[in-house]
Amino acid sequence: MANIQVLIVDDSSVMRKIVERSLRQAGIEISKVYEAGNGAEGLAVLADTKVDIILCDINMPVMDGLEFLKQLSGVENAKGVPVVMITTEGSEGHVTQALSAGARGYLRKPFTADQVKEHILPVLAGKS
Amino acid sequence: MSTIESNPSVVEVSHQGWLPVMELATQEVFELMLGSRLAPAPPPTVDAALEVTAMVGLAGALCGVLSIRCSSRAGMAMASKMLGVEVDKALPEVWDALGEICNMVAGNFKNKIPGMGDGCMLSVPTVIMGNDYSCHSLGNAESLRVNFLFEDHLVVAVLEIHS
Repeated sequence: MANIQVLIVDDSSVMRKIVERSLRQAGIEISKVYEAGNGAEGLAVLADTKVDIILCDINMPVMDGLEFLKQLSGVENAKGVPVVMITTEGSEGHVTQALSAGARGYLRKPFTADQVKEHILPVLAGKS
Repeated sequence: MSTIESNPSVVEVSHQGWLPVMELATQEVFELMLGSRLAPAPPPTVDAALEVTAMVGLAGALCGVLSIRCSSRAGMAMASKMLGVEVDKALPEVWDALGEICNMVAGNFKNKIPGMGDGCMLSVPTVIMGNDYSCHSLGNAESLRVNFLFEDHLVVAVLEIHS
């Protein structure tokens, strides 16, 4: 998987950096990382940018991850772009809610680099 | 020096059985996200050195506040470990790092308690710097407290249960 563009939506800048580092550790070559601090900022990025994958937290101020997922359906640049939720809200109910809203994967915090690889690579390869 | 006080009313249900779960939830976050193994620590004699407090609220099946407290130096060391940068470059990220650690401990904890994963929501984290404050709970709070050593720094995790 080479030279992909990634949008990371998380209200923690530390977590955004950790997610980016974990992707690189998983062997994913990234040409550009876009960052957003909440769902509304994420939608603003997607207004004029097309990315290969979106990684999104759930609990965020302004617009949370589930609302962001719902609004993605009306965003031209998000059509066909896989979304993986990366969040502390790891219960079965939250997973079901996110997958029903269009997420293609779900990764619980805290996570290991191996778990990132396991959850993200199949999504990027279109196998999930 | 900061103090956290609860209503002294009698608590009818004890949650002391959750202490090992809190310990495990905290240890897992430090091991997975910081690559650090926490060691058990005795209770501190004074809290004066714990100037950073990160808090996450819990609401729903469990109502309360989970907090992580440590010194500024410990906070910088944690941010440094999380980001993989030198300690002196981690200073601007201390608040964010501590908030995220507290958030992950709270989420990890509630996901280990049957029925809490879906039934309990988390707030976004709040981080307080300094120790000249008092915190008063209006509920019948029971506190669960675990003390750890993170690279010679004391780290205290407290779950204050309101209901």
